Amino acid sequence: MYQYDHYDQTLVNERAAQFRDQTRRFLAGELSEDQYRPLRLMNGLYVQRHAPMLRVAVPYGLLSSGQMRMLAHIARKYDRGYGHFTTRQNIQFNWPKLEDVPDILDDLASVQMHAIQTSGNCIRNTTSDHLAGVALDELEDPRPYCEIIRQWSTLHPEFAFLPRKFKIAISGAERDRAATQLHDIGLQLIKNEKGETGFEVLVGGGLGRTPIIGVVIRPFLEKQHLLSYLEAILRVYNLHGRRDNKYKARIKILVKETGTEKFAEMVEKEWNAICDQMILDQAEIDRVSAFFQPHPYETLPTIDPSIEEKKQTQAEFAAWFRHNTVAHKIPGYRAVFLSLKPHGKPPGDMTDQQIDAVADLMDRMSFGEIRVTHTQNLVMADVRQSDLFTLWEELRALDLATANVGTATDMITCPGLDFCSLANASSIPVANSIQALFDNLDYLYDLGEIRINISGCMNGCAHHTVGHIGILGVDKKGEEWYQITLGGSSSNDASLGERLGPSVPKSDVSAVVERIFLTYRDLREAEESFLDTVRRIGIQPFQERVYDSH
Amino acid sequence: MTVIKNGQPADSAWLHLTDEALPATGAITVSLDRWLKEKAELGTRIEAVGVRLNACDSLDTLVQDVAALPIVVLDMEAFTDGRCFSQARLLRDRLGYTGELRARGDFLRDQMFFLSRVGVNSFEFAEDTPLEDRLKAFAEFSVTYQSASDTPEPLYRRR
Repeated sequence: MYQYDHYDQTLVNERAAQFRDQTRRFLAGELSEDQYRPLRLMNGLYVQRHAPMLRVAVPYGLLSSGQMRMLAHIARKYDRGYGHFTTRQNIQFNWPKLEDVPDILDDLASVQMHAIQTSGNCIRNTTSDHLAGVALDELEDPRPYCEIIRQWSTLHPEFAFLPRKFKIAISGAERDRAATQLHDIGLQLIKNEKGETGFEVLVGGGLGRTPIIGVVIRPFLEKQHLLSYLEAILRVYNLHGRRDNKYKARIKILVKETGTEKFAEMVEKEWNAICDQMILDQAEIDRVSAFFQPHPYETLPTIDPSIEEKKQTQAEFAAWFRHNTVAHKIPGYRAVFLSLKPHGKPPGDMTDQQIDAVADLMDRMSFGEIRVTHTQNLVMADVRQSDLFTLWEELRALDLATANVGTATDMITCPGLDFCSLANASSIPVANSIQALFDNLDYLYDLGEIRINISGCMNGCAHHTVGHIGILGVDKKGEEWYQITLGGSSSNDASLGERLGPSVPKSDVSAVVERIFLTYRDLREAEESFLDTVRRIGIQPFQERVYDSH
Repeated sequence: MTVIKNGQPADSAWLHLTDEALPATGAITVSLDRWLKEKAELGTRIEAVGVRLNACDSLDTLVQDVAALPIVVLDMEAFTDGRCFSQARLLRDRLGYTGELRARGDFLRDQMFFLSRVGVNSFEFAEDTPLEDRLKAFAEFSVTYQSASDTPEPLYRRR
């Protein structure tokens, strides 16, 4: 992974020092709350329902074991012994004290981490494929470009006060695991007819109140123009994005109101004026790529007989292998998902002990690295098959081996009313009530791949609009009600879910979701997935079943 | 008013006019709108005339005139409105403006470093502002990754 040199380290140290001074001035009354707000937000610090919330950047979701240990230390020392992994592949701490935050930033800087631009109206953490570098369907590893964009966007002097937040995602694989169509800018690595690799550039995707799927404004962009093109898009957005209404300030609204063609023209015009001065040198691509070279893998047989035998004799291990591990491009290795969705616990949370223990496992079994997924799980991407049984046993002891990755209980859930000051309704208890339907895992496995996303308000932090089943909490006269949508997807076939019908009270959500499951079971054809079934038959059969006898 | 110019406290004689009558003598600045309306008359003034831009002003109307202006002032109505950062870059990098580029109005000490990077070389404050403290803002960072108006080369070419 990328290692800081003295330039990177100096910048992060200086940022921590700057924030210490800003906080001192705020506490001394030299900065007003309104003046301090954007400054603290650009360092990931929110003021929340119970306490400040600090969001720490995990660039494109990649962490070293040393960084994990520091996160455990922060959870222990400054928080209540846990952290919460987010859909932007970051981690949040829900209980730090404002006065402690400068110290936390110093601690983070000591392991090459920071909280820069994890919030605020600026360019946020660039997200990517959690299987980058190991996926079988990958054209090229997107992480060097993520890092190049991280550096370009970090403390970019022109784009720190945009109309609204700005999110970029990159995928280098055939299957889009980074939801590139739902970002302000989505970059998809592709090959052109000459066999050169470059980027397809999408803009204007996004979730929240006005979910929109992004549009292509440039079918092929040469790598050397990556930064100039991004700069052109950002400049057009900075100058022309709406600032009169924060709900219409994202670039998706500008693209929609301007029209794709006209917007693309504006970008191309700006880009033509700057592209020659902003060439991304191949030498820099090579320098950064050198940090993401394949690990020193062993030559191993594709099939490990001892693991095959364990799968035959241990049904639970076999289920875990099937659901929580995926193929690796190197024979004899697999990528392993650590489920942060044990039934009955807050999705995405980890305790300091779990984080420390996982850091040791990373060192022993996965080259000291781990990735955060945008579905709020972790991936040890480079595990020898021969280690899988031991790893499973150890993860099971840590409650990190629930064999549910990709299934109905592997839900994306925002912190909701329990923690977030924006929320209208709770999310975590609803997720837990759905998980409680599955005391029988065979039922869960029979339903196959189902993505359920639960947001506690229409800001949609849990991406409910692109859940196969989306659940949105709304406030109705002080009570928590929930709107259900079906048929959303954030993958290659991105689509927005369709509303099932009137919202339902909190106590009915799990029963409604169960009726949806049963309808699917009755009406699916052969091996048809939930999403495919919804797309084939539409939502009417689900509506009838949910509301008729309701 | 008190000013920091090119990293030093400095005197400023600019009188910022809105729509009042022109004084007989002295250096003045006017809004872009007024400049466009009264250009012929203002251009004959012996003392210098500068132009002030709002965040929503387009630079297109200033292309011909900008090179001759001794000062362009970015009038910042709200520090959260970042359009002036792009205006500054376009003035410097696109229109080749080399005169004084001043930030005025609602900007924070914590934005001065970024403003200086996009080409602003002059900052106007209320009379009682502690300039020594404001000057420290320029030294908060010694490392910058990306090219901007102050550094045409990105860090990676200097690593």
